[in-house]
Amino acid sequence: MSSTKYILGLFDDPDEMMHGIDKLQKNSIPIYDVYTPMPIHGIEAKLGIKDSRLGYAAFMFGCLGGTTILSLVYYFLGYDWPMNIGGKIHFALPDYIPVTFEWSVLFASFGMAFTFFYATHLFPGRAPRVMDLRATNDRFVIAIDAKGNTPHEDITNLLKEAGAVEIKHNDRKYVSYE
Amino acid sequence: MASHKESIIREPLITGKNITYAQITDDVLSPVENKPNKAWWIGFTVASLGALLWVFAVSWTFWYGIGAWGLNKTVGWAWDITGFVWWVGIGHAGTLISAVLLLFRQKWRNSINRSAEAMTIFAVICAATYVVSHMGRPWMALYCLPLPNQYGSLWVNFNSPLIWDVFAISTYFSVSLVFWYTGLLPDIATIRDRGTGWYRRIYSILSFGWTGSVKTWQRFETVSLILAGISTPLVLSVHTIVSMDFATSLEPGWHTTIFPPYFVAGAIFSGFAMVQTLLLVTRKVLGLENYITMFHIESMNKIILVTGSVVGVAYITEFFIAYYSGGEYEQYTFLNRFIGPYWWAGCMMYGCNVLMTQVMWFKRVRTNIAMSWVLSIVVNIGMWFERFVIIVTSLHRDYIPSSWAMFYPTWIDVSVFIGSIGVFFTLFLLFIRVLPSIAMAEVKLLLKEQSEQAKKEQIKAGHLDPDQVDFYKNSLKKFDSVDVSAYENV
Repeated sequence: MSSTKYILGLFDDPDEMMHGIDKLQKNSIPIYDVYTPMPIHGIEAKLGIKDSRLGYAAFMFGCLGGTTILSLVYYFLGYDWPMNIGGKIHFALPDYIPVTFEWSVLFASFGMAFTFFYATHLFPGRAPRVMDLRATNDRFVIAIDAKGNTPHEDITNLLKEAGAVEIKHNDRKYVSYE
Repeated sequence: MASHKESIIREPLITGKNITYAQITDDVLSPVENKPNKAWWIGFTVASLGALLWVFAVSWTFWYGIGAWGLNKTVGWAWDITGFVWWVGIGHAGTLISAVLLLFRQKWRNSINRSAEAMTIFAVICAATYVVSHMGRPWMALYCLPLPNQYGSLWVNFNSPLIWDVFAISTYFSVSLVFWYTGLLPDIATIRDRGTGWYRRIYSILSFGWTGSVKTWQRFETVSLILAGISTPLVLSVHTIVSMDFATSLEPGWHTTIFPPYFVAGAIFSGFAMVQTLLLVTRKVLGLENYITMFHIESMNKIILVTGSVVGVAYITEFFIAYYSGGEYEQYTFLNRFIGPYWWAGCMMYGCNVLMTQVMWFKRVRTNIAMSWVLSIVVNIGMWFERFVIIVTSLHRDYIPSSWAMFYPTWIDVSVFIGSIGVFFTLFLLFIRVLPSIAMAEVKLLLKEQSEQAKKEQIKAGHLDPDQVDFYKNSLKKFDSVDVSAYENV
């Protein structure tokens, strides 16, 4: 049995890589993941990745931020230490709109960014799980789990036909661990 | 991707022959991966001496108190707040470029957003130092925050624009930082994957383990878009609130309702000028002419022209309303800008900001690098004087003539200001040394459609309207990085 764990098709052109994805899918070869140096639109649809729900997270965090500061200000200036400023009402709502807005934005952006980091497992010091070092530079990499039933040569040929400039049979899943 | 071809009449965003994805990486990372050149060392030495001056002057201020500055009972705000508003204004271009231009799908933002955002962050840091040093006792900065305390608790006054400003600027700074750093992750990963040893380990930590898989990219784009969407009103709110520090007072020259839009336009104006100042030098020194092209320079000049004109209209409106209101204090304040002892500051403000920038109506000026650079400096100077005029000239002669006074800066005032410029340039020079000054991933997106070589292929392939092709070839003449003779036989 071969020791190959993953087969990588390296493309130097995003359109050819898209073509490669189509070819593999037509031949029912499951794709593990695709690594690109820049965002390529349309892959997520091909690989069946659902729409991001980060927008909902941002909205909820924004609501939380606005509510938090407005409640705090109500407690500070309406309840805990109401001040008589020229006989005006203690809870002067229009004055509190700026801070409410700022905290809505603050919570929305931090909440969303940290949800993104959490959901995609990004944090400082995380060991990068890189399959090919040029995937962040100039190679568009399709990774195929070699444990499937398709003979490796067929996969190699398909990738070659699609225009892959290099095909790698990796014994290790990730090359970046030291 | 290839199914869509951009119209030929649009100018290229990447110039140069045989640019590949790898070439973009090499070009952008060359200052990061190689030892800095002489120009960098000279710049860094000068800038860090300036930063040292800042440390010295601010320490002096903390030791002897605010009395070390030239403030007096009449002019209680002067160079400090001038410097603060100046820096905050400069700090507006980065988010404008990265957020507003992203929402408007202006692809030319891709190669300038990174350094503009970095500049924003450093400018806001400089602005914040003014606020803290003006407190005299910097540890009192905590009193700006609504923290429980031994006085009751006595809370901060949320009716005050100064407290709104604390919230606005701290939010702006932290959101800009998140936006900037999230955008940096893929590019830091590129440095990591090209490096070795400890160098690689450091960038590995900084890259958060970015791999560029489909899902991360998709989420990344969602995050960028939403951050852009919420940063856009944020950036407008920040300078609106800064202007309210003045506009909600009872001071003639300050309490004008036009201040919020006027300040926002002025901020964008001065911010783009600073971006222009920095990028014209950076593109030359780092050899990035193919990515920051004449099209970028001209586009920024157009924004400077538009916002400068908006500021001009705001100036005229102020004068008209002072006349039309019939208020004698108001009228005197505006006349005093020309006939008072600070007439020269008024002339600098109106001359630099409105008169000088009007020459940008001429294409020859907009596409001339030397003139663009000089004009960007002129705008920076003009915008500093705008704040000086608004703050000092309004304060020094208001209601009661017996308390009229002049403001004379001490050497500490001057040192804090020059020092803050040193701090800014030190941070910026360190940035271009350790992080990619151009968003590589985003520039790579442009290569297949918006680059000069792709357009050339399009022309070679034919099927294009010859008039449009001629129009395109003509538009290339202004580029300093395009060899027009290569188009003769195409």
